[in-house]
Amino acid sequence: MNETTLTAEQRTERLQGLGCKRKRVEDIRFTQGKGNYVDDLKLPGMLYGDFVRTPYGHARIKNIDASKAKALPGVVAVLTAADLKPLNLHYMPTLAGDVQAVLAEEKVLFQNQEVAFVIAEERYIAADAVELVEVEYEALPVLVDPLKAMAADAPVLREDLKDKTDGAHGKRKHHNHVFNWEIGDREATDMAFKKAEVSIKEHIVYQRVHPCPLETCQCVASFDKVRGELTLWGTFQAPHVIRTVASLISKIPEHKIHVIAPDIGGGFGNKVGAYPGYICSVVASIVTGRPVKWVEDRIENLSATAFARDYHMQTEIAATRDGTVTGLRVYTIADHGAFDACADPSKWPAGFFNIVTGSYDFPAAHVSVDGVYSNKAPGGVAYRCSFRVTEAAYCIERAMDILAQKLGMDPAELRLKNFVRREQFPYQSALGWEYDSGDYHTAMRKVMDAVGYDKLRAEQKARQEAFRRGETRELMGIGVAFFTEIVGAGPSRNCDILGIAMFDSAEIRIHPTGAVIARLGTKSQGQGHETTYAQIIASELGLPADDIAVEEGNTDTAPYGLGTYGSRSTPVSGAATAMAARKIRAKAQMIAAFMLEVHDDDLEWDIDRFRVKGNPEQFKTMKEIAWAAYNRVPPGMEPGLEAVSYYDPPNMTYPFGAYICVVDVDVDTGETKVRRFYALDDCGTRINPMIIEGQIHGGLTEAFGIAMGQEIRYDEAGNVTGPSLMDYFLPTAVETPKWETDWTTTPSPHHPIGAKGVGESPNVGGVPCFANAVNDAFKFLGSTHIAMPHDNWRTWTAAEKLGLHG
Amino acid sequence: MIPGAFAYHRPKTLNEAVALLFDLGEEARPLAGGHSLVPMMKLRLATPEHLVDLGDIADLKGVQADGGDLVIGAMTTQHELIANALLGTKIPILRETSLVIADPQVRYVGTLGGNVANGDPGNDMPAVMMCLNAVYHAVGKAGERRIAAREFYQGAYFTALEPGEILSRIRIPVPAAGHGYAYQKLKRKVGDYATAAAAVVLTKAGDRIATCSIGLTNVAETPLWAEEAARLLVGSTLEPAAVKQAVAAAEAITAPATDNRGPAAYRTKMAGVMLARALARAAAHAA
Amino acid sequence: MAKSHVTMKVNGKPVEALVEPRTLLIHFLREQLNLTGPHIGCDTSHCGACTVDLDGKSVKSCTVFAVQAEGADILTIEGMASPDGTLHVLQEAFREMHGLQCGFCTPGMIMRAYRLLQEIPAPSEEDIRAGIAGNLCRCTGYQNIVKAIQYAAAKINGVPFREAAE
Repeated sequence: MNETTLTAEQRTERLQGLGCKRKRVEDIRFTQGKGNYVDDLKLPGMLYGDFVRTPYGHARIKNIDASKAKALPGVVAVLTAADLKPLNLHYMPTLAGDVQAVLAEEKVLFQNQEVAFVIAEERYIAADAVELVEVEYEALPVLVDPLKAMAADAPVLREDLKDKTDGAHGKRKHHNHVFNWEIGDREATDMAFKKAEVSIKEHIVYQRVHPCPLETCQCVASFDKVRGELTLWGTFQAPHVIRTVASLISKIPEHKIHVIAPDIGGGFGNKVGAYPGYICSVVASIVTGRPVKWVEDRIENLSATAFARDYHMQTEIAATRDGTVTGLRVYTIADHGAFDACADPSKWPAGFFNIVTGSYDFPAAHVSVDGVYSNKAPGGVAYRCSFRVTEAAYCIERAMDILAQKLGMDPAELRLKNFVRREQFPYQSALGWEYDSGDYHTAMRKVMDAVGYDKLRAEQKARQEAFRRGETRELMGIGVAFFTEIVGAGPSRNCDILGIAMFDSAEIRIHPTGAVIARLGTKSQGQGHETTYAQIIASELGLPADDIAVEEGNTDTAPYGLGTYGSRSTPVSGAATAMAARKIRAKAQMIAAFMLEVHDDDLEWDIDRFRVKGNPEQFKTMKEIAWAAYNRVPPGMEPGLEAVSYYDPPNMTYPFGAYICVVDVDVDTGETKVRRFYALDDCGTRINPMIIEGQIHGGLTEAFGIAMGQEIRYDEAGNVTGPSLMDYFLPTAVETPKWETDWTTTPSPHHPIGAKGVGESPNVGGVPCFANAVNDAFKFLGSTHIAMPHDNWRTWTAAEKLGLHG
Repeated sequence: MIPGAFAYHRPKTLNEAVALLFDLGEEARPLAGGHSLVPMMKLRLATPEHLVDLGDIADLKGVQADGGDLVIGAMTTQHELIANALLGTKIPILRETSLVIADPQVRYVGTLGGNVANGDPGNDMPAVMMCLNAVYHAVGKAGERRIAAREFYQGAYFTALEPGEILSRIRIPVPAAGHGYAYQKLKRKVGDYATAAAAVVLTKAGDRIATCSIGLTNVAETPLWAEEAARLLVGSTLEPAAVKQAVAAAEAITAPATDNRGPAAYRTKMAGVMLARALARAAAHAA
Repeated sequence: MAKSHVTMKVNGKPVEALVEPRTLLIHFLREQLNLTGPHIGCDTSHCGACTVDLDGKSVKSCTVFAVQAEGADILTIEGMASPDGTLHVLQEAFREMHGLQCGFCTPGMIMRAYRLLQEIPAPSEEDIRAGIAGNLCRCTGYQNIVKAIQYAAAKINGVPFREAAE
């Protein structure tokens, strides 16, 4: 068998390119325990840092006495705000245009806020030293209810902002106000509501949760005094951004900062921003002249690093009597905790919440979001959700169900009636987004057929009657959710992180023997980029994926990128990868033409080779071209075969999906069993179906956790209740339902390979699907909205309120 | 995450262990499986200066028949308990309970003695022991004494064990052949403590309940033996009215904590629901 | 605090070291023996990322002191492949069935699966899910982990592995 006798199928197959269930490259080291995570790193002379944290939710610091800690053998230093202030590092800028205390100066604003940083020879000594630092506090009144944050008598939280009426996003109307953000046509929307034949109004709360990746946040900082260079390893989803920020705040020139994100044990948005641990480690390394490692423990992670959600959404829909929606109005209070450390593109303080019109053709809509401060951990962040998209999807999907109930319509019918139609794409939403492509009706009908929707409704009716007769104590619920999400941030005209446009990048170099190395500006934390980017390149360049090495995370070698979160890798860096590959292929075409002694235009590309049009036995494979690129190129052409692309996406992408789930609720305990969950996702072109399926399973499991039990809750005194895995609901393999996955493929018209991204879709659609299912179980008894999480005791309480316990 | 410092001792015999605990005094704790103590030490909620590891003491292992009782060494792990054929046949409620304690790894190491002696209201075995009328053998400097499980629990983390005493054996009278049993545990997920749990052991005479014993887990500062609730069921056929009475009697003695598992009122109600379901399952088992 | 002398066998090799009594086994393995396969994912003994096989038992090494493991025979993920580099069937299975994503839970998960298959050589799906209930994963949703263990069990038992229809 040689190059002339292989069939097209065989040549395609051996590439393991787009569409293949290629086995993952990463697995070889992970299954052998040879991953390279931050805490695996050991450097000679390395010290360990650990935080002293406050037990108070709001208090003035009267005194910090670190003398006993400093006297402990093995303790090298103890940093407080007083040590950071001369370096102007006691506060750090956040991605949202606010500042966050690195170490508390005059007051503490949330329980477990960082107060001092102990540096010691050993991890265990640092832990002992933390216990020896004595801090005196004077308690202050605590504010944990965001709906009370802007009351006239609300306590002042941010004294550093006391007289600043100009916030990062406009005027602040109260000392606890962060920003107001408004979008849409208020007048038109008000008119729609005035004329509405039917309307619904509901206060919909998406509770505070936390991404909780299995590996906590950590770093190793090593400052080389001789060279004046800083190397910083860390759990960074956006390593280049960390480097730029580190340079801006430390004044170390950017070329002397080497940020490396090695293997990361899950991110889910928790590892996008910078944390006091990173800053303190860098300062500690500079001060001690030795590497410093900081590894937070789980309780620290859950109680002090970026939370997600905490959105309180007053939601209204106006509609005609026959179920056509005419207007959407959402007024949101967003609790940002003590500092607005929200990881959003800078012009979007409420992220892309204006995707809240969802999959429906609203002629008019208006959204207003007020961010407020509270005595809670700072943030929020996109927990597998692309900038408030989960909040928006939960909001609209619950609201549509509530509307369906009021109209006496089936929730699937209401959706089918109001979907944006295929012909309307690209679709201009009433809140300013241009949805790239979609075919919602096909997806919805496919899912309804797959689960036998009408039969399920008939079964539900029968069971409801049985319940009324006292024959069963279980309620059956059918949850329907159809989401459209917005990912792939984003076009430079409206997306930037701290002023850096949200393009992304790929650099590809082909070696003489046809092997390839590619470096990307994104950073996988489990999404399998080493495997999938190689597949894109394999299909574009006709070289086997196994011959393509993919690297991410080393800011010295990788071209600048904005990192991986918000499902942006495939849409942006994936596009850059295709574009860089095409630049290479264009050059390869010229080399091939030269080798074959024909004109460039006489050649056509076929899987892995250029062949002469009409004369297919005359060809040059990319492998042959690679060799030639290094020893015989056309006159006037540079040798080598490589390219870099910085891709500024023309638009976001809009994956969508239809999910249906069936639950059975035990009315007497409040337990919910998930009988079936069917998820259809459309992410455009599917790069690796195996990996897509894995992403859906994982995202649905996170959605299940959120909908059914996760919460980061604060009591009146500002204590965070349950910030450990004893209480934070991470389902085991026993509780986790079995997932059925399906797909349609509606490519993105503006993306080089038509791909949209998929990692976050299941979390976006999964949460409302579960929530709608539980709510659906109680509808026939008159219930309109039960808030998440749907843990046992809350579901039981809903049943109690409906008088179901006799 | 990092415990405080301590000195570690590993005696070979029970007498050695007792002597060590006596000599080292209040700052010494016995170490069994460690899966309650070590997590507390890692959070620095417990800071013993000495740990006396009981792991090498052969006397604390094994399951023996003794008259009408089965006697279980305190260092028997949950895993060994589940695998033990004698216990599985004679006192099957133990295996059923053990299987809903924690997770597989914890069960490999966690001991029956630790689970019953800790005094943590969340532990599952204490209520089962009260239900079975178990007797604990405690060994101290003054010798061995026996304490009824029903008299052992005094408050959260407060038991009748004196400082320096080690729980060495758990003696359980074997329930009558053909008895019905159930341990019904409501929990948020595998590995969680009970939101509420009920242990039931009963025998029937024809259709009627001849004997009944009920234990409740994690709905008060101690495990509860619901004596009155059980008494109300004797002679009944577990008809709804009788069960309702028993449930009310059980609810009346609960005083659960409000925590992330739910408000106290909910947990009280769940004790009742678990009891009703345990009764139904136990009755179905009974000959 | 004076250090204690410990000896044990780890991945087939005898090991001798000085540790503080309070040194957790996970830290001993990771820091002193440089076996960074087992990971730390929590502080309350819930996540199972630290799971090793100790004297034939699946044990969370974060909840055991190194001194308690005196004389023990410990197997970690690093000891699963043969000396010639041949992967254990479980390691192969996890890759084959896409039973991992970020890889952080994987060493603990594989070590637990190893012991589970000794306990129950032909486990049902329910057995597997209950069997790995002490190991949390945030990435995979467990479904492909279950498949991986089923695949490995089939291979070990010499029976065909039937994957559920797509």
